[in-house]
Amino acid sequence: MGRGLVIMVPYVWLLLFFLIPFAIVLKISFSEAAIAIPPYTALVEWAEETSLAIRLNFGSYLFLLTDSLYAVAYLNSLKIAFVSTVLCLLLGYPMAYGIAKAPQAWRGPLLMLIILPFWTSFLIRVYAWIGILKQEGLLNNFLLWLGVIDAPLAILYTDTSIYIGIVYSYLPFMILPLYATLEKLDDTLLEAAADLGARPFKAFLSVTLPLSVPGIVAGSLLVFIPAVGEFVIPSLLGGPNTLMIGAVLWNEFFANRDWPVASAVAIALLLFLVVPIMLFQYYQGKQQEAAKQ
Amino acid sequence: MRRSSFVLTMMAFGYAFLYVPIILLIIYSFNESRLVTVWGGWSTKWYAELLNNQQMLSAAWLSLRIAAVSATFSVVLGTLAGMAMARFGRFRGRTLFGGMITAPLVMPEVITGLSLLLLFVSLEQFIGWPAGRGMTTITIAHITFTMAFVAVIVQSRLVSLDESIEEAAMDLGARPAKIFFVITLPIISPAIVSGWLLAFTLSLDDLVIASFVSGPASTTLPMVIFSSVRLGVTPEINALATIIVALVTTGIIVAGVFMARQERIRKQDEQMAASSSA
Repeated sequence: MGRGLVIMVPYVWLLLFFLIPFAIVLKISFSEAAIAIPPYTALVEWAEETSLAIRLNFGSYLFLLTDSLYAVAYLNSLKIAFVSTVLCLLLGYPMAYGIAKAPQAWRGPLLMLIILPFWTSFLIRVYAWIGILKQEGLLNNFLLWLGVIDAPLAILYTDTSIYIGIVYSYLPFMILPLYATLEKLDDTLLEAAADLGARPFKAFLSVTLPLSVPGIVAGSLLVFIPAVGEFVIPSLLGGPNTLMIGAVLWNEFFANRDWPVASAVAIALLLFLVVPIMLFQYYQGKQQEAAKQ
Repeated sequence: MRRSSFVLTMMAFGYAFLYVPIILLIIYSFNESRLVTVWGGWSTKWYAELLNNQQMLSAAWLSLRIAAVSATFSVVLGTLAGMAMARFGRFRGRTLFGGMITAPLVMPEVITGLSLLLLFVSLEQFIGWPAGRGMTTITIAHITFTMAFVAVIVQSRLVSLDESIEEAAMDLGARPAKIFFVITLPIISPAIVSGWLLAFTLSLDDLVIASFVSGPASTTLPMVIFSSVRLGVTPEINALATIIVALVTTGIIVAGVFMARQERIRKQDEQMAASSSA
């Protein structure tokens, strides 16, 4: 009985506050916007007292297809998330590798230093970049002083500053799973490779890299999936021409007050993410299995 | 050897990348000038302005209350969920349960926020609860998305734990509830503490979900920061950031020292137990 209760309580909570909400989003995406409270039409109606009429309205989805704004925003989000993930991997892999290879006593503090910024406000850390990347900001002043550039660069309010913001905010999510797999790596395999005459770089490519694939996949998904729907970073650091789907959904909801279209945007975004999310769960299940052994 | 110098360079660059913005924020919080890029001499006037900003203070108070309540509930629910996943083997609906626990970790916040708001609106329409939106709805939303993090932490701690102690207690006739409170809970308490702190921080930091599910009368601290940052750079935010960084760093150092001491005591106990049984 106690066992049932342990499962039931969180189960019911998640059903009620995580799963059912998606059903409601799906439902509202098929209704029409209306001037009412709440501002959409009812989906199910009793027609002529006895027959139940269900009116599915695909208008919101057609709207997403006909207006190129949405396609551009979805593609742009995928592009930005993909590039940021690659950049995170390029910076995060050597860092995770360095921490995993550091002397035992150093690993804890080095790892702590990766996690520490995460405990301070995300919003404020993104905001810090505004002062650095501005036209008359600290980075431009520094580069001018070094003599690398003659005129200040426009970095803030471009895609570049979005990349910087996303890599900066999500880097720990890349490093932690990578470190977890690299740390478990058996050093004797590398010694064996060296004995057989492999140079360090060759040994890295043929031993370390393939064995760290689970960490690469887990870290990449942890960065990629939330980055696609990112709202805060593009709206603080991005330019007016950068369209990301998270901001489109936000505007559809808060500025246009079109709940059905906002819901349709969310459902379409979710469909884009279903494959990556399932991959994430698959790899997480695998890692937990590995932890059990 | 060249590879290792490459790794060291990347590490130095990476740590600088993570910390330079924070250090600059702290330095510029003591800047006399209103302009972020012009140094006008040392001053603490932005701290004084921050303490006089009534809107910011009441938002901070609301955020702290929401974070404390939601972290507490999310620890209870997340621990139960982590126990179920780590200890109960296969049960009906396990796949769905596991999916619902891990999905909030990666779900984009705009989707979570929108779906919860639509749920609250529908609930209000049909059963009249929650009437309006505010602290209650924000708290429920935060419990939902933070309990996933607690569940994962507790679950991984339980998976790496030796089950034989619990089994021994069961053999000696202890009831499941007694086993949980006397054996399991003390062992997983570090995971629960870090889960609570993580849930607290996530709740304190959340802008997107709170914006969706809050009513006009409930403005959390991130919402105030976001709107003031959008209006332009304000040095008060630098002061606020410095206070947060100082509190977090102190907290982590204290927690680190405390945990190291706990670990030492535990090791001593184990040694004593081993030597007395030998």
